[in-house]
Amino acid sequence: MNKNNPKVFSDAHAALFDFKSGMTLMSGGFGLCGIAENCIDALTTMDVFDLTVISNNIGNSGRGLVKILIQDKIKKAYCSYVGGNPDLEVRMLSKAVEVELVPQGTFSERIRAAGMGIRAFYTPTGYGTLIAEGKEVKTFDRPCIMETALHADFAIIKAQRGDTFGNLWFKETARNFSPLMAMAAKTTIVEVEELVEVGEIDPHDIHLPGLFVQRIFQGKNYKNEIEFLVTEN
Amino acid sequence: MAWTNIEMADEVITFFKAYSSVNLGIGMPTVIAERIPSDLNIMIHSENGVFGVSGRPKKDEVSPTLINAGKETIAIKKGASYFDSSMSFGMIRGGHIDYCVLGGMEVDAQRNLANWMVPGKKVTGMGGAMDLVNGSKQVIIMMNHFSKDGMAKLLPQCILPFTGLDVVDLVVTEMGIFKPNGKKFEIIRLAPNCKKDDLKMEISILY
Repeated sequence: MNKNNPKVFSDAHAALFDFKSGMTLMSGGFGLCGIAENCIDALTTMDVFDLTVISNNIGNSGRGLVKILIQDKIKKAYCSYVGGNPDLEVRMLSKAVEVELVPQGTFSERIRAAGMGIRAFYTPTGYGTLIAEGKEVKTFDRPCIMETALHADFAIIKAQRGDTFGNLWFKETARNFSPLMAMAAKTTIVEVEELVEVGEIDPHDIHLPGLFVQRIFQGKNYKNEIEFLVTEN
Repeated sequence: MAWTNIEMADEVITFFKAYSSVNLGIGMPTVIAERIPSDLNIMIHSENGVFGVSGRPKKDEVSPTLINAGKETIAIKKGASYFDSSMSFGMIRGGHIDYCVLGGMEVDAQRNLANWMVPGKKVTGMGGAMDLVNGSKQVIIMMNHFSKDGMAKLLPQCILPFTGLDVVDLVVTEMGIFKPNGKKFEIIRLAPNCKKDDLKMEISILY
């Protein structure tokens, strides 16, 4: 591989060299599926605090981002679901962490909007509920609330396969929020199970063009944990 | 005799048209996936990014990256597709999904649903529920008829925080099938030997 390629880093620590306290971080994954395991582990060893984290679950079952949550590194969290994450639910109810619950479709659309240059949009989702409080209401075919784009300083995402330009291919349902977050963050760090040379992924099969990826590295020691193993009888 | 969860699932399935699309919520509705007859050719959507869920994987076909919205391992059927969360919620919010079946804490006669938090006590978050109730063509709530303290969960007005307003098309409980019409609940049918009195619902909201 070309050693001068500025996108390719040696590991998570190297790729996170300028990540600092007070920053906003997007983290891909649905529950534990598709999370950036190496980057999260690196964050547990870094002196970074007062983070704002945007992630659908903020980890789950004591794992994933819960590792930095219980180190009190997270000040504010944006997520859609805390069921299955008792460490977060406790901190939310005690107000140790400020949690903004966002309906999952609004969550993904706010992230997508940031990547697409859209400042705000109107949606019926959440109209008439607690999450509509303080938001502008406008009636089209029916009443809608205005939601604004969600940006981040950094995104940490994982892909199954990526090339040295940052073109990515995701496996099965591990794609979830990751391509959207890659587009929404100023600096996107990608860890991959397989780092390959440019040209090795067929252009038809690229799920996210490398334009949106600033840093990439070959990850290691993946656990790919299953939360609920259910099989045919 | 009240229906079992499986009988409730079978009741829900009678409302599905062949070749339609369905999103199943976490909890009680997940049992529906295993009960849908294959000749109905229904495609099951899971909002974490898959359309065409078939059920459970064989032991040697489990993949940690192939899960449903309840984070359970799944299998897919021929014709299935994977996509990101934006596409997935476009399917929901854009009005492309025919039915969603969700669990519920409370439903009222004005077609309102509450199912995501108990203030000060329990917060699960809404996940995709607020999107699903506003985007799906039909919203079916599958839930226990009574709360833990024995009160009916079909009410004149929800007490818990709303998930969506004027969105519920049908409620299936172990006691029967009910259609809120804005003022009252129409009884579509009752479980065998269940009587109106057994429902413990306010008389003012029942026909």
